[in-house]
Amino acid sequence: MKILIIEDEPQMLDNMRITLEREHYQVETAVDYKTASAKLGVYDYNCILLDINLPDGNGLNLLEQIKTQGKAHGVIIVSAKNSLDDRLKGLNLGADDYLPKPFHNAELNARVKAVLRRLNFEGHNLITIGNVSITPENREVKIHKKVIELNRKEYDILMYLITNKNRLVTKSALAEHVWGDHIDQSDSFDFIYSQIKNLRKKIEEASINVEAVYGVGYKLNIN
Amino acid sequence: MKLLNYTTKYVSLLLLPLITIWAIAFYYAMLDEIYDSLDDGLENHKILLTKRANEDPSILNNTDLNKHVYTFNPISENEYRDFKDSYRDTLMYMYNEDDFEPVRIFESKLKHDHGFYKVKIVTSMIEEDDLISDMFKYLISLYALLLISILLLNNILLRKIWKPFYYSISQLKNFKIEKESKIITKPSSIDEFQLLNDTITKLIKKSSDSYIEQKHFIENASHELQTPLAISINKLELFLENHPLNENQTKSLASILDNLNRLTRLNKSLLLLSKIENKEFLEEECIDFLSLTKKITEDFEDLLLHRNMSISIDHNSMINANMNKDLAIILLTNFIKNAIIHGSPNQQINIQLHHNSWSICNIGKPKALNKEDLFTRFKKVSYSNKSSGLGLAINKAIASKYNLEVSYSFKDAHTFYIHFHQTLI
Repeated sequence: MKILIIEDEPQMLDNMRITLEREHYQVETAVDYKTASAKLGVYDYNCILLDINLPDGNGLNLLEQIKTQGKAHGVIIVSAKNSLDDRLKGLNLGADDYLPKPFHNAELNARVKAVLRRLNFEGHNLITIGNVSITPENREVKIHKKVIELNRKEYDILMYLITNKNRLVTKSALAEHVWGDHIDQSDSFDFIYSQIKNLRKKIEEASINVEAVYGVGYKLNIN
Repeated sequence: MKLLNYTTKYVSLLLLPLITIWAIAFYYAMLDEIYDSLDDGLENHKILLTKRANEDPSILNNTDLNKHVYTFNPISENEYRDFKDSYRDTLMYMYNEDDFEPVRIFESKLKHDHGFYKVKIVTSMIEEDDLISDMFKYLISLYALLLISILLLNNILLRKIWKPFYYSISQLKNFKIEKESKIITKPSSIDEFQLLNDTITKLIKKSSDSYIEQKHFIENASHELQTPLAISINKLELFLENHPLNENQTKSLASILDNLNRLTRLNKSLLLLSKIENKEFLEEECIDFLSLTKKITEDFEDLLLHRNMSISIDHNSMINANMNKDLAIILLTNFIKNAIIHGSPNQQINIQLHHNSWSICNIGKPKALNKEDLFTRFKKVSYSNKSSGLGLAINKAIASKYNLEVSYSFKDAHTFYIHFHQTLI
């Protein structure tokens, strides 16, 4: 799985690269429009992370170039602007997702995986982990081929943790992903804990478990 | 009190003593002149009588004032010598008036042949009480006339003069710096007003400039903060994953992360405020507030369950309004989130939709919140230090963008309202 990160801020680029390399993707980088354009002309990528504010050009033009080449790239726009205009323009030009800065590493990972999955680069629709199998299209979760009833939020939590398996997912990253900006207040931690407790009960039979890390976040482990 | 009435008040107060003093002085001056001319007349009469006595000495026998306007009384030579002319006022019966009226009596001496006489001549006098009452009437009318003319003059002339002033003031009243409205002043030929207009125009320009500058500063600062925040958060997250840390170390890092996340939310809220004020949310559609309320309430289901609360929605009519959908969601979400977070656990939250008002009511701390600055930035009502203090400020900004009114009232429970001036059916 080849990924190209186009980002002019070197430290930002580093973080993204390390995060994605840990998921065993082959990551290449470009720090400006020119380099990015040259790389896109020569190589194929499965997913492109595109910062649209580049010092020597507008990332949206790169997006047009990508789309005219007609290759099945997934494109995620990464922007510090979070402007509706850019978001709409980007999505209209064929971007698959729009990720506003700042974001959590876990979120970046989840978005990339979601795009790759949607474009079928993983080769199959079924996600299997231990004795758990998930069909994302119909949000079906099976343990030992037995269907488990999860509500919407429980499913989202489980998917997010599975996407970031073996990695520490902080509570705020989890809260933001599952509940959006709704849960950003004082008692959110207590609240998340009770949600995780419910989920744990439902996946007792599974060969995966949700480990609490010092009250900081959670980690999904495969037994 | 208006300036023109204010001056009128003082002018009328000042006029009263002025006219009174003037009236008294005038009265005495006039009286003096009348006496002078009466006395002259009496003296002249005496000369005429003296001449007549020479022709007809019989008149010297007139001793009754009631029959003639003069009398002669013989006196001794000694008395004649010591006698001094005198005038005095007294009352005498007047047949025409059927009353005693004031008269002026002139007493003098007369020598005829070898006889000495005291002569008295009477003339009717001015009636002082009548004069005073007449004068009083005329003065009152003068006073009233003066006041009426001053008032009329003020209202017609001054009003015309002050027109540019009131025009400028009305412009200022409607001026809203956040709406970037312009002030148009009417040129005036009066220096003071022209000065005022020029000063207002300059002041407004300065304020608008610095307001726009501030706005851009906040927006730019918020934008510029995003990248370093992103780098810090991601680096810390990677660090947490990479290094085997003990519990205390992990917790310290997590607390730093939490604070960075808080900063991020704060920054996002500030950016959102800037965007609302910069009119970046242009697209509008008809929003059905009932179904939107239901949808948002569903999103909070887990949190409600966790706090053992529930939300009931009562509606006796639909509310539809043209708005940007994202902003409508933010508006309702902020109110609903506040009600859940600040509401007491185990209580019910009630949302009501009436034909032009949406309200949410929750039971919380039994004390009214400060209405004055509830909707201003960074006025935190709770002790929870994680709230940004911008939620209600954002709601206020959204409301003023769409000409809605947001308000708050406390009556055992906290209620927030959105009033719609224009709804669609």
